Amino acid sequence: MIFATDVRELLLDLVPLPVLLPLVGAGLALVVRRRTRLQRAVTVATLSLVLAISAVLLWGADRYGLQVVHVGGWVPPQGVTLVIDRLAALMVVVAVVVTFGVLLYAIGQGRGATDRESGAFSSARRTSFGEAPLPIFHPTLLVLLSGVSTTFISGDLFHMYVGFEMLLAASFVLLTLGASAERVRAGISYVFVSLASSSIFLIALAMVYAATGTVNLAQLSTRLDDIPAGTSLLLQLLLLTGFAVKAAVFPLSGWLPDAYPTAPAPVTAVFAGLLTKVGVYAMIRTQTLLFPGSPLQTLLLWAALLTMLVGILGAVAQDDIKRMLSFTLVSHIGYMVLGIALASPAGLSASIFYVAHHITIQTTLFLVAGLIERRGGSTSMSRLGGLARVSPLLAVLYGVPAANLGGIPPFSGFLGKVGLMQAGAEQGGWLVYALLAGSVLTSLLTLYAVSRVWTRAFWRVPVVAPVTSENRLERRYERLYALAPGVVLPTAALVLVGVALTVVAGPLFGVTDRAAAELLEPAGYVRAVFGDVVP
Amino acid sequence: MTPDVLLCVLAGVLVGCGVHLLLARSVVRALLGFLLLGNGINLLFVVAAGPRGRAPIVDLGAGPMADPLPQAMSLTAIVITLAMTGFVLALAHRSWQLRRSDLVENDPEDARIGLRALANDMSESDFHGGVDAEPRPGEDPDPGGAR
Repeated sequence: MIFATDVRELLLDLVPLPVLLPLVGAGLALVVRRRTRLQRAVTVATLSLVLAISAVLLWGADRYGLQVVHVGGWVPPQGVTLVIDRLAALMVVVAVVVTFGVLLYAIGQGRGATDRESGAFSSARRTSFGEAPLPIFHPTLLVLLSGVSTTFISGDLFHMYVGFEMLLAASFVLLTLGASAERVRAGISYVFVSLASSSIFLIALAMVYAATGTVNLAQLSTRLDDIPAGTSLLLQLLLLTGFAVKAAVFPLSGWLPDAYPTAPAPVTAVFAGLLTKVGVYAMIRTQTLLFPGSPLQTLLLWAALLTMLVGILGAVAQDDIKRMLSFTLVSHIGYMVLGIALASPAGLSASIFYVAHHITIQTTLFLVAGLIERRGGSTSMSRLGGLARVSPLLAVLYGVPAANLGGIPPFSGFLGKVGLMQAGAEQGGWLVYALLAGSVLTSLLTLYAVSRVWTRAFWRVPVVAPVTSENRLERRYERLYALAPGVVLPTAALVLVGVALTVVAGPLFGVTDRAAAELLEPAGYVRAVFGDVVP
Repeated sequence: MTPDVLLCVLAGVLVGCGVHLLLARSVVRALLGFLLLGNGINLLFVVAAGPRGRAPIVDLGAGPMADPLPQAMSLTAIVITLAMTGFVLALAHRSWQLRRSDLVENDPEDARIGLRALANDMSESDFHGGVDAEPRPGEDPDPGGAR
């Protein structure tokens, strides 16, 4: 079995790379910022490499179990531990895939700074091909990915906080690209909400350390059993509150629909896909590893129900497509919280599947909203119209992920929801059944919200004639520019990834089932980090 | 371990004032709130490091040393707070440049939808005839793509 040990050694060498490579790539991309082509090549090469590595890591984690690296050779609990299990590896793979799609879309859009302040086509051409705005999109996107991977593969609570701050700092920059009045307004409230949630996380960290003397997840997992139940509950609630703000769980979700829609399309897309899911991931990790004995089921079930319903009712009321999508994003976080609340193998497995599905679909839909804006000149449903005739391709690109989000049967949204419902029905209880009813209602209302966009933007007679140029040639150019292959192909690729989730749903559910089983056995995690003797 | 009461109270006061300021609409006040909050939390880490009077340095004097790990953590937190402060200051400055105001505005689209709801204005809803009326006989039913 020499081969097997070699492979495992190699896997261990690969573990830190999803964090390291994007950072190195970001540095290089910043160095070559004046040379657009070179910068693009650097970013694309980095992401391709990270994608390949994370795929290998997922395979390795599924085949050989947990991969643990002690950074710098420092033995835990002194040093920082990196741990890749099936959940972490799967999250990294999905994150890299959507970031890649978004990056290609941004490249297709032009300089990558993707600004269109005035809304007119001619100015868009100038800003996206000229020196303005800033060549910092690529490095910042890579730093964001690095922060996201840090959070996923870290085995240390404080290191997770550092990962959060990395991705937050990058997201601040991305959200306020170009610093127009609208973005600065949205940016200020987003920044303060994020800082507040980080502060709550930091308070929780100080208290965790005061109570247990460690921030190593594996060590915490054993030590939290020994402290008084009340203290442990306080720590759990603090951590959950901090993560719930990031994940936009209902009473703490108001910031999201105000912040996201103003950013450029690729930025909103990558935020919608990744940032809230990092919060969900942190909730899964702490709930299963640190507090397996106290699922707080009633609290989380209520939060899930309210998140679903309040979110989707908000979506129905919106006129702007990006705002509508932001509200559905909040609403569907409820499904993932439902799976976490159930805390059963089936529930967690379906929840993880749903996270993978939702990252892909929500990112795709925001990119499509970007395409709609490019073609129709607006994302307001009261202004758009007749797009199905103007561009059947756009209609297909919107229709498939929209049906997927609404949970139409062959698609992965349906599979994830059925998985959650099965898990809920296994558990029983009136509140769980109320949640199942709520999730069906949410799914129907999601369908209503996305089909409103369909009937208004795509089918109906346009109310406002699109602003076009007098010149026929120029008009043709504008049309070609709006839906250039550079932006359509990445979107189409992500739509296909979303469809492919249905095709590979069997093996994927296999992985998530094993991931859930792994999560529900914290002793295995502790053993992998410390061996048999826990300090 | 007996925690240092003075430090705990101080941390509580700082965090309390911080939260109060953070709730303000003025960007600068909210930033000051965040700074106070950050300092309060850093004191919490110092509390977690052990009883007072000990240094986190090996072989310094006779007494036992304090746990150096929380000190390292609060150092990290200080650095992060500094970076975030820099960014928020830049943002506040930009906001001042653009609007000559320090106050955070409401989202206009959100306010618009809220006002419509208050006024019970249904003209944009799907159940209102105006916008989606059937085309008149002889009118092109789908002029959107006619080119």
